[in-house]
Amino acid sequence: MLEIKNLHAGIEGNEILKGIDLKVNAGEVHAIMGPNGSGKSTLAQVLAGREGYVVTEGEVTYNGKKLLDLATEDRAREGVFLAFQYPVEIPGVSNTNLLKTALNEIRKYRGEEELDTMEFLSLIKEKMKLVELDQKFLSRSVNEGFSGGEKKRNEIFQMAVLQPKLAILDETDSGLDIDALKIVANGVNKLRSKDNATILVTHYQRLLNYIVPDFVHVLYNGKIVKSGGKELAFKLEELGYDWVKAPSNSPKGGEKNLVASH
Amino acid sequence: MNREIVEIKDWYISSFGEFEKKLNGGKESSIHHKRKDALSNFSRLEFPTIKDEEWKYTSIAPLLKFNFVPSYEKKIVSEELIKSLLFDEMEHSLIVFVNGRYSAENSILLNMPEGVIVDSIANQIKKNNEVLLNHFGKYADHQNHIFTALSTAYTDDGAFIYVPAGKIVEEPIHIIFITDSGNEKILTQPRNLFVAGKNSQATIIEHYVGNEGEIYFTNSVTEIVAEENAVVDHIKLQEESKKAFHIARMEVDQERRSNFSSHLISTGADLTRNDFNARFNDEGGECTLNGLYMIDGTQLFDAHTLMDHAKPHCNSHEHYKGILDDKSRGVFNGKIIVRQDAQKTNAFQENNSILLSDEALVNTKPQLEIFADDVKCSHGATIGQMDDEAKFYLKSRGIGEEASKGILLHAFASDVITSIKIESVRNYIEKIITEKFNQ
Repeated sequence: MLEIKNLHAGIEGNEILKGIDLKVNAGEVHAIMGPNGSGKSTLAQVLAGREGYVVTEGEVTYNGKKLLDLATEDRAREGVFLAFQYPVEIPGVSNTNLLKTALNEIRKYRGEEELDTMEFLSLIKEKMKLVELDQKFLSRSVNEGFSGGEKKRNEIFQMAVLQPKLAILDETDSGLDIDALKIVANGVNKLRSKDNATILVTHYQRLLNYIVPDFVHVLYNGKIVKSGGKELAFKLEELGYDWVKAPSNSPKGGEKNLVASH
Repeated sequence: MNREIVEIKDWYISSFGEFEKKLNGGKESSIHHKRKDALSNFSRLEFPTIKDEEWKYTSIAPLLKFNFVPSYEKKIVSEELIKSLLFDEMEHSLIVFVNGRYSAENSILLNMPEGVIVDSIANQIKKNNEVLLNHFGKYADHQNHIFTALSTAYTDDGAFIYVPAGKIVEEPIHIIFITDSGNEKILTQPRNLFVAGKNSQATIIEHYVGNEGEIYFTNSVTEIVAEENAVVDHIKLQEESKKAFHIARMEVDQERRSNFSSHLISTGADLTRNDFNARFNDEGGECTLNGLYMIDGTQLFDAHTLMDHAKPHCNSHEHYKGILDDKSRGVFNGKIIVRQDAQKTNAFQENNSILLSDEALVNTKPQLEIFADDVKCSHGATIGQMDDEAKFYLKSRGIGEEASKGILLHAFASDVITSIKIESVRNYIEKIITEKFNQ
């Protein structure tokens, strides 16, 4: 579904991603972990198409298309969804308005009929249950005055409505208490299927207790320095990021250092 | 003094003879001496220049290039045109003025509660209406303001609305001023007087439209009296031709516990100047002054407001917003006076602008003069660009560039109209906003 090859990208002349390689197939959940400043969020932003980030090298193929050539909105219409680390507050635009416009723009792009109000509302109601959001929340302005937990639940709710093929969850767990985390994780798990894929970007292993990944990648200094199964996350939790920080001294030191630290 | 300006002033003075002749007996009316007083004030006063503090950012030089004339011909406009200006699914009284003159053929006057008068002011001047004579010209000062002097001197037609004590007019009263000038440089001077008696209630809409591309001059003066405990909601929709000149004064006089609201929506005219002044004459009043302007090209919009807290225990809320594109310019000057006696005043003012281009410009100036010591007053002004974070968020949900922009501007603009109580009026304004940004 997604193949990233030797991706180099940065912002304002600073190179942050220094050669990322990653392959994600349909049905898989990948966790990308790493310390602060390792480039996790940059990777998420570059995939979603945020302005200001410049790709200097490499390519990204998504379902046979060159993802980086697509406009932000077309990436979304092709099924890429980014759950924001800091969801944006938009006063005056209701959640309903956002979702209805988005859904219909996506449908139009795909040559499908627009949903009428009744169809839309029944879809919305069904998806709200997933993240335990209250009905009155629909008429509120997007994220305005929401608590941290509500904002993150709203991201998952939007994801449920838009039904992406590739969801990128950027630090969705940060700032969540355990109850909110469970609700969010439960929502994500229910949306998992053999046809879609998820990339979880996270600093902590905690989220992975609730959303179990198929693969874990450790990002450090703009590169994936280690990949493995879900057990890699436990090791990180146990040993901390210092364990992966050291190898940056030697170019291929990932394995070596791992051995040394044992 | 520039020769051109002297000539233009003389032009307006010399047109008066012709105007008097066409008054058709109006010379005998008891307000005619006011016309003459105002004319002499007009000849004494000077047109403002940018050296005047009150006109610092608004040069009226372009207006003074034309010899505008009143239109003496009676005109009727098509029903289709009127229909396009109406609010959906709503029956309400409609008074239409074409080129400044009342058009009974285009107007629809529904049955009103007993004693309510909705009429052309020319008719009521002829009838020597007592309420009219009591209030006319009392609030809009023609001694010191040259355009008000011009309006008063040329008082001819406009709307007169009187809601007697205790009467409630539930449906809005919609007043449409259409300028259909063709190639003539028409001057219209709508002169309106609205008097709401004790415990009465009404919603009044002033709606200005013109043919796109035509050059004409609207100089309107509206006086509003809200007597004790009256509720008056005023909405002004200004959709003039983008080449027109629009100068307007609104004076509001509020008595004890009256509640007045003003919503100004302005998209038209090359040069727009609104002087909106409200005064609390007694305790317990509430006043809302909201405005929204959306301009582009080389349009200039200027709003000067004055909230006069002359008495204690009154609340005022003011919120003006502008969206400016291309080389357009906006001016907001919001003055609040809290007089020495006016303790327990709450006065809030806010002005926000969005600039969509590098060349658009806003001058905003809050002006608070507070002489009482137990008051709550605040003001704030922001000038910014479109929120790129929010735009990215919308685009990341599959919403295109233009639609995202439209949604955000719509949201920004809608904010000041949510307090309009009548849904169909709100919908009409929503439509103006949508047409503006989602083309």
